[in-house]
Amino acid sequence: MTGGEQETSGGQRPEHGGEQETAGGQRPEQDGGRETAGGQGPERDGGQGPDEAGSLEDLMAGFRGTSGGATARFAAAQAAIIRDLVGQVIELIGGEAEDDGEARPSDTAAREPGQGTDDLAAMIGFAENAELPDDPALARLLPDAYSDDPEASVEFRKYTEQGLRSGKAAAARTVLATLPPGGGRIRLSEPEAQAWLRALNDVRLALGTRLGVTDDFDEQVAGMGPEDPRAAYVGVYQWLAFLQETLVQALSR
Amino acid sequence: MSVAPAEVEQSETEEKAVPDLPWVTIVWNDPINLMSYVTYVFQTVFGYAKPKAEKLMLDVHHKGKAVVSSGGREAMERDAETLHGYGLWATISHDS
Repeated sequence: MTGGEQETSGGQRPEHGGEQETAGGQRPEQDGGRETAGGQGPERDGGQGPDEAGSLEDLMAGFRGTSGGATARFAAAQAAIIRDLVGQVIELIGGEAEDDGEARPSDTAAREPGQGTDDLAAMIGFAENAELPDDPALARLLPDAYSDDPEASVEFRKYTEQGLRSGKAAAARTVLATLPPGGGRIRLSEPEAQAWLRALNDVRLALGTRLGVTDDFDEQVAGMGPEDPRAAYVGVYQWLAFLQETLVQALSR
Repeated sequence: MSVAPAEVEQSETEEKAVPDLPWVTIVWNDPINLMSYVTYVFQTVFGYAKPKAEKLMLDVHHKGKAVVSSGGREAMERDAETLHGYGLWATISHDS
C-alpha cells in the first residue's frame, strides 16, 4: 500500500464559508458543472472565463466533503485526463465508454466469436472464458479468488466476473456522466462519490500496473530520467493518488 | 497471524453436517492501493470501526496480508467478490 499525499494539501481544509453548498445529493449542474453565482464568485474566480473558472488553489485542492457527498473543481485539461483514463479502463474491462446507460455485459462475452449463447451467458452473468486474464493490468482488476486452488478460482470467476466487470464499468461511467469534458466544479452525491472512488482506484490500479509500480516506486521515480517513457505518466499517477486521497477524506467525515 | 476473526459467526445450518473448518478472506498488500482507501473499504464493506479497520490495514501493509473476515465458504466468496469490486486484492482459503 502507499500513503498517498494526504499531507500536501486539500482534504482537510476548512470549509469556505460563503460557498454555496446547497442541499445534499444534488445532481451535477445542468450547465456543465461550472460554478454559478454564489456569495463570492468574483474574487474566487478571479475574473476568468466561466469554463476556466477557479483559482489555481481550487484546481489543485482535490475533493472536499459536502453535506451530501463531495465536490471538486477541475480544469478542462484535468477533466480530459480523467475522462481519457476512465474510458481506457472501460475499454480494458470490455465495456463501452458511452455514459448513456446500463452496463453491457454482452460486450465482454462477445469476445468469443461464433458463440450463439453469448447473450444468454451474459444475461446470467456467466463467463465463458473464466481464466485469469493474460494482461497484467486486467488481471489486477479481475484477480483470482483462490491463491492455491486454480480450479476453484475458475469456478468463482465463472459466476462473478461478469458482475465485477459491469460494476466497474458502471462506476467508470458515473465518472464520465458527472465530469463535463470542459471541467468546472462538480458536485457529487454520496453514491456518485463512492463510484468515483472505485473508478479512480481502478484507473490507478491499471495505470500503476502498467508503470510497474512497486513498493520502492518513489525511489524509482527519483532516478527516472526524462527519456524514460513512463515519466510522462508518473505525474498523472501521483496526481490521481492525491485526488483519490482527498476523496477518501471527503467521504470519511 | 492472530488477527481477530471479524464477521459474525455463520450459523451451523448453512452447510451440510460435515464439520467444516472456517474459511477466511485474506487481503494482500499491494503497492498501489492507498492506505486510507483500504481502511475506508474495510469500514464500508465490513462495518468495522475505524480503529479495527486501521489495524487490519496496517497488518496488510506491514505483514503482507491480513485475515479480514472468516466464516462459511459462501460468505467468504461474497466478501472477496465485494473487495474485488473495490480493487482490493482478496483471496479465500481454509483457515488452518
